[in-house]
Amino acid sequence: MRKIIVYSLFFGAIAIAINACQSASEIEMAKYMSNGKDIYQARCQNCHGENGEGLGELAPPLTDTIFLKSNKQKLACYIKNGVNEPMQIHGKTYQEKMPAFKDLHDIDIAQVTVYITNSFGNRHGMYTYEQVANDLKSCN
Amino acid sequence: MKKILGYAAIAGFIALGASCTQEKKLPIYGDREAKITKDANGNEKIDTVYKTIPNFKFLNQDSIEVTQDAFKNKVYVADFFFTSCSTICPIMHRNMKTIFDKYKDNRDVMFLSHTIDFKYDKPSVLKKYAQKLGADVPQWQFLYGSKEEVYKLAEKDYLVAVQEDSSATDGYIHQGWLVLIDKHKRIRGAYDGTKTEEVEKLKTDMDILLAEKD
Repeated sequence: MRKIIVYSLFFGAIAIAINACQSASEIEMAKYMSNGKDIYQARCQNCHGENGEGLGELAPPLTDTIFLKSNKQKLACYIKNGVNEPMQIHGKTYQEKMPAFKDLHDIDIAQVTVYITNSFGNRHGMYTYEQVANDLKSCN
Repeated sequence: MKKILGYAAIAGFIALGASCTQEKKLPIYGDREAKITKDANGNEKIDTVYKTIPNFKFLNQDSIEVTQDAFKNKVYVADFFFTSCSTICPIMHRNMKTIFDKYKDNRDVMFLSHTIDFKYDKPSVLKKYAQKLGADVPQWQFLYGSKEEVYKLAEKDYLVAVQEDSSATDGYIHQGWLVLIDKHKRIRGAYDGTKTEEVEKLKTDMDILLAEKD
């Protein structure tokens, strides 16, 4: 009887340890999501809306998951430098200027991008600040 | 005896309930003065003169001159904004649009947005903005005017602070009030257009104001 308890405790501990290892990236992701949400609410929500619905034709919605996926490398540039070119989103053309957010650091951009691309019906996974630094090099 | 007391209590509660359902009235804001007039018999009468929005003449999004006549006998919501504002204006107009959607078919209700960017927001710019917001209809007037006239109207009459400020993100600073004006051009409420709960309050107050008898 005693053996069973000891064994079950032992294997239980191993299971918990493995489980914890697996979720390390999930914890990182959750951290990005929650910080990203704060940045979104403070800097993006006024135009793009609480649920990424946009504002008329003045600000595009953030729900076009195909656009976000195919332009993932450009998103950091859009946020950091603003946008002044027409965009096709959900088949509609949006051409209002988006302001630049020069004061956001790479980590902020990474977090807010993770939040946007994993909310509003999008599910594009992790995007690290190292990737942001890399993507910012090729802004036009 | 006890029974009588019980009935009295019930009657009391009913009376209390009735007094609570009495018509609610919105306050009238701004300075007021007393005017003493004499009628035909020489009796003195005291009238209260309330603050009203003075007449104005501006160009709207269709480059047509608009005066206060356009708002005659209308209840309207007024605000001050500019099209290139990326901070509070989008929130204000997102919220104002929900009020607009609610009263779209109500001929007693109008909307008025004054731009404070006298350099850039010419009627053609306002027109584009109105179209993109989905509010380019006569019920919502977007008005352009000179700095002196618009800023004076904002600060002296609508009691909204507006200012040019080169250190601000977009070059101007202003308050986000949505001001509720009644059919007699009097201010009946001011609501923070950036807060959804205050905008909901505006909608409730709008209904009270519309139900008000002159």
